[in-house]
Amino acid sequence: MLDPGILFAGVLNGLLAGGVYVLVAVGLTLIYGVLHIINFAHGSLLMLAMYAVFFLWRLTGVDPYAALPIVIGGAFVFGYILYRLVIGRLSHGRDENILLITLGVSIVIDNVALLIFGGDTQTIETPYASSFVELGAALLPLPKIISFVASLLLCIVLGLFLARSDTGKAIRAVARERQGARLVGIDVDNIFALSYGIGIACLGAAACLLMPTYYVTPSSGHAFVLVAFTIVVLGGMGSFAGAAVGGLVIGVIESLGGLLLGEQLGQIGISVVFILILLLKPSGLFGARQ
Amino acid sequence: MLEIAGLRAGYGTVEILRGVDLVVGKGEIVALLGSNGAGKSTLNNTVCGLYRPFGGAVQFDGRNIADAASMSIVQAGLIQVPEGRRVFPNLSVRDNLELGSYRRGKPARRHNLDRVIGIFPRLGERLQQAAGTLSGGEQQMLAIGRGLMGEPKLLILDEPSLGLSPVLVEEMFALIRRLNGDGLSILLVEQNVMQSLAIAHRAYVLENGQIALSGPAADLAQHPDLRRSYLGQ
Ligand SMILES: Nc1ncnc2c1ncn2[C@@H]1O[C@H](COP(=O)(O)OP(=O)(O)O)[C@@H](O)[C@H]1O
Ligand SMILES: [Mg+2]
Repeated sequence: MLDPGILFAGVLNGLLAGGVYVLVAVGLTLIYGVLHIINFAHGSLLMLAMYAVFFLWRLTGVDPYAALPIVIGGAFVFGYILYRLVIGRLSHGRDENILLITLGVSIVIDNVALLIFGGDTQTIETPYASSFVELGAALLPLPKIISFVASLLLCIVLGLFLARSDTGKAIRAVARERQGARLVGIDVDNIFALSYGIGIACLGAAACLLMPTYYVTPSSGHAFVLVAFTIVVLGGMGSFAGAAVGGLVIGVIESLGGLLLGEQLGQIGISVVFILILLLKPSGLFGARQ
Repeated sequence: MLEIAGLRAGYGTVEILRGVDLVVGKGEIVALLGSNGAGKSTLNNTVCGLYRPFGGAVQFDGRNIADAASMSIVQAGLIQVPEGRRVFPNLSVRDNLELGSYRRGKPARRHNLDRVIGIFPRLGERLQQAAGTLSGGEQQMLAIGRGLMGEPKLLILDEPSLGLSPVLVEEMFALIRRLNGDGLSILLVEQNVMQSLAIAHRAYVLENGQIALSGPAADLAQHPDLRRSYLGQ
């Protein structure tokens, strides 16, 4: 049996890692909830945001955490414009077209990134990268604590925006009743673009929080999106609360899987969860309302 | 207030409305009658900017709105309470009502919310409840309340009595008369012929995408064709 102290540290580390997963998954589930499509470009756009953080640091020396407002804002504008100019325009309002277009966008971005950035692994060096905080028996990396707290704060801000503001309510209205939304004068196409932009802004935030401890290559977005997709399925497609809880659960499962099966096999736990949910409760933990 | 002339509309290449003329004057209740599939909802939705008309003219408040977007039509004060209610099922009753003033009437939101709750006390008791969990009658009240939140100059009601119990239908028609008494112009789309004619000033009968009959409601109520088609007399 595992030592309880190690188990405790494993759970805490998993929770901390889950924070960023929550951000990536919230973006995916928001786009799914409103546009009714899986955003296949999610991983590629995360990778682009990670390169943005990397080059901001490398060329101008901006710390990844200080870059949060810039990258979040830039990612939002990029997502909004990408929807307006490419996805919305080419889809002619048909959900199944949007799906294929995001897949196409993803392929283009990946290959352009490979062409421009090359296949090398890039990392950022920060003074705090190897700082640790002691909590009981657990030794927790400081950047992971920061990323966890920042992720949760950002999710709370986004949750309040969706719950309280007129625009947030309009986003939720469009998610379930587009015709009704048009009849109260909501600009539905603009809400689509806004939602896509917000989903990508979440990736911008995730990129800033990941880079101090992670690396970027043209293919590094995909690992996260597989995890994020599992989280969204676990929490219930389109459910905000589901993505938040699911993200933390998956973080813990991955961490404990790593402890029990070794680092290489930790991800198997995630795949097992994914298959079990599809078999046992395809609507996910919070998806019963659909 | 609303002047529709020679309106042709439909879906894709299928023409449903084949030259419709219809006028709603200020302060009027105008009934638009017709059997299922006649094209009534197509007319509403085209007028409200959900679909582009194939041809013809639509004037509202002296402005051409034939090719306007739905949001600018709402902004102008032409508001539709659609068939099937189309409330936001995942939002609370309060949020549904507040979104009624998303595009128009926002400055007076609080005041209008109180007014709507005054008209529909049942909604006031359920402000935090998700709209999707309301009964059919309550959802109809919510849809009308949401429409009123936008301070309409002209309210289009598409089959508001559909699916309601006879008692609620009576209440609904009384309410429509009351709203009109307060000065609201109303285009009432109904299959409930006699009750609609009883409260309307004028009426039109739509058949196969064309106006088959029109005139003062009291005259139409006596019209032999109408009595034959709709009352089997
Ligand atoms: N979204 C749509 N796409 C294609 N045809 C439609 C659509 N909505 C209605 N129709 C067709 O248009 C005709 C008129 O329908 P509608 O306007 O809903 O009639 P009414 O409201 O008078 O019952 C019907 O034949 C119906 O099948
Ligand atoms: Mg209809």
